[in-house]
Amino acid sequence: MAEERQKPLVLLAAPQIMSPVTTQVIMRNVLIALAPAFVASLAFFGLPAFLVCLTSVVSCVGFEYLWCRIRKLPNTATDLSAAVTGVLLAFNLPSTIPLYMVVVGAFVAIIMTKELFGGIGKNFANPAIVGRIFLAVAFPVAMTTFVAPQITLAPVDVVSSATPLAPAAAALAHLDLLLGLHMGVLGETSALAILIGFVYLLATKTIRWHAPVAYVATVVVMSLITGHDPVAQALSGGLLLGAVFMVTDYTTSPSTVRGKVIFAIGCGIITCLIRFWGNLNEGVAYSILFMNLLVPYIDVLTPNTPVGGEHKRGGSNE
Amino acid sequence: MPLPQQIILPMQQHVGAACKPQVKRRAHVDVGTLVGHVDARMTADIFSPVSGTVKQIRTIHYSNGWSNEAVVIEPDGNQTVDESIRPPEVEDYAGLIEAVKHSGIVGLGGAGFPTWLKMDTDLSNIDMWLVNGAECEPYLSSDYREMVERPQTILAGIKACLDLSGVPRSLICIEDNKPKAIELLHSMAADDDRIDVFVLPARYPQGASRVILRNVTGRSVPRGGHLTDVGALLFNVTTMSEIGRFLGDGMPLTKRRITVMGDAIERPQNLEVYIGTPIGEILEYCGLKCDPAKVVIGGPMMGTTQVELESPIVRANSGLLAFTNEAVQTPNTTACIRCDKCIESCPIHLAPINIQKAYLRRDLETLNKLMADLCVECGTCSYVCPARQPLAQATRLARAALRAEQRKAKGRR
Repeated sequence: MAEERQKPLVLLAAPQIMSPVTTQVIMRNVLIALAPAFVASLAFFGLPAFLVCLTSVVSCVGFEYLWCRIRKLPNTATDLSAAVTGVLLAFNLPSTIPLYMVVVGAFVAIIMTKELFGGIGKNFANPAIVGRIFLAVAFPVAMTTFVAPQITLAPVDVVSSATPLAPAAAALAHLDLLLGLHMGVLGETSALAILIGFVYLLATKTIRWHAPVAYVATVVVMSLITGHDPVAQALSGGLLLGAVFMVTDYTTSPSTVRGKVIFAIGCGIITCLIRFWGNLNEGVAYSILFMNLLVPYIDVLTPNTPVGGEHKRGGSNE
Repeated sequence: MPLPQQIILPMQQHVGAACKPQVKRRAHVDVGTLVGHVDARMTADIFSPVSGTVKQIRTIHYSNGWSNEAVVIEPDGNQTVDESIRPPEVEDYAGLIEAVKHSGIVGLGGAGFPTWLKMDTDLSNIDMWLVNGAECEPYLSSDYREMVERPQTILAGIKACLDLSGVPRSLICIEDNKPKAIELLHSMAADDDRIDVFVLPARYPQGASRVILRNVTGRSVPRGGHLTDVGALLFNVTTMSEIGRFLGDGMPLTKRRITVMGDAIERPQNLEVYIGTPIGEILEYCGLKCDPAKVVIGGPMMGTTQVELESPIVRANSGLLAFTNEAVQTPNTTACIRCDKCIESCPIHLAPINIQKAYLRRDLETLNKLMADLCVECGTCSYVCPARQPLAQATRLARAALRAEQRKAKGRR
């Protein structure tokens, strides 16, 4: 001790150690979980799918970077959250969509939905969903022009068709739905690929199972009650994509498990209402957007009870 | 470890009133001589762990800005024992409390609450005397070593406490990653059906009193209340062991076991040190690979960083960590992404992020609603936060602010 120390000892408040899981690690995990669905979309739709994904990711990250540069904010493009938004947006688009529309969608998602409300963690709704809905409203034709996957069990001769949820859907075999051998947007076709991603997210503790399970279960129950095919309802459309990657979005879902389950059940009910009685084919995006708006209220109504807080005593104001 | 070159005994090593030095400069002290005492209820006497000469009485400063009077003793190497040391004669519970009062024993798990005061409570509704063998923090294993090395004094302590107090049951709570301790204590306690071993999952902060009580008995301590309010006493396993030992040989608390660890330490180990040993000497004894960049007394989750290598180990410390520059993580805070990991992981089910937000706008009413005062300061929220928000730090401040407010409100009434 006698010798003079060159550098003073570090002074920090406890805790002295921190988990290696940062925002970037979480977003990287989500990207990895999205990879199986990405590979599936490449297999089904080929190069156009790749181009849509690339355009979406590059423009999302680019918009985030530009925003930070222009506003002189710390650069948050490296936390990969914009890349996740980019992939999710692309997964909500058909492979035939003109690429400039993808850029418009990315602008709506990143700038209008995320950055204008204060950037990561502050957006009230899922950016990718708002981007998708904007495109669906602005370019309804381009958004519903699907091509059949390159691999099919039965040769299909159609270039343009509705998604499985249009009235012809009932004929579709469940296996086709599971593997994704049907028409649809990039990421919603293969249920299996999404489920692989789900398992990965659970294994890395990135998300918890409650919300996705509650969402899908609600849809299945509602289908049974109303006499729809529950398996087809659960496997088709963006349901699983939404359940695994959008209902679980950190920022736009409630903070307690109880709140998350209520949120997911609400999403499920609205999805079914739109699917069964609305005049849209697909209700996942709208239902999640609608429930996003209710999150602050759900949060207020579903706080956890602290251990020791159950008793009606103590506290300063009583 | 050889006798240190000097022993520094701060007069505040416990929760409560600081002691006043009972010895003068140049006075001779023996092992077990009373060094610090004050006439107050909430305090614990301080004894010399060595024989030697009082070199000086001076003020020492802690890294958290507090300062404290301290008696500095130069050991003479003889370790002669004070004549007054003899096993206490204990006949009833009041006698046990009186004996423990003069043992200098405090909560050794880190709380530092005077043990005799904890025992001096209304026993009529106490049905369980828990012994906390769940390690206080990750990295630390001093409680584990205590269970493996001195199970007989632990059990002696428990038996004495149960016999004299009439509390019907005692559970030794051990985490499931310590099978050796579980087996050992289980077999040794087999002849006494009041005493049993309770196995808990190893999950920090299992050792926090409110957490372990909840997990063992399902009871939760009300706000502003104590464990005794719900019928339980909870002692750290090392505290219990010290009681057992003290009842046998009458030597007050002068030594304790600490875990020395960290990537700057050459020979990490559990070490029995004299209370008051400067941390620099301990680090030297265990070997340093290089100049440490960060030295922590306590564990990695709740420990305090030290700026002076002369700072002593005091009674409630159970760990000493030294880290190299590479291991020092400087938090780079980014925006909260509402991942809710802090809420999910809070052992008390608080909402740390909301507490932080309320604290930053000094909103005491919201803090009261969020029950920030229930925080056990385990640090888990800051540990898990992917955005590196200083949640535990903010909650600690919020808790202090709320408690100050509660005291003010009480005063007004």
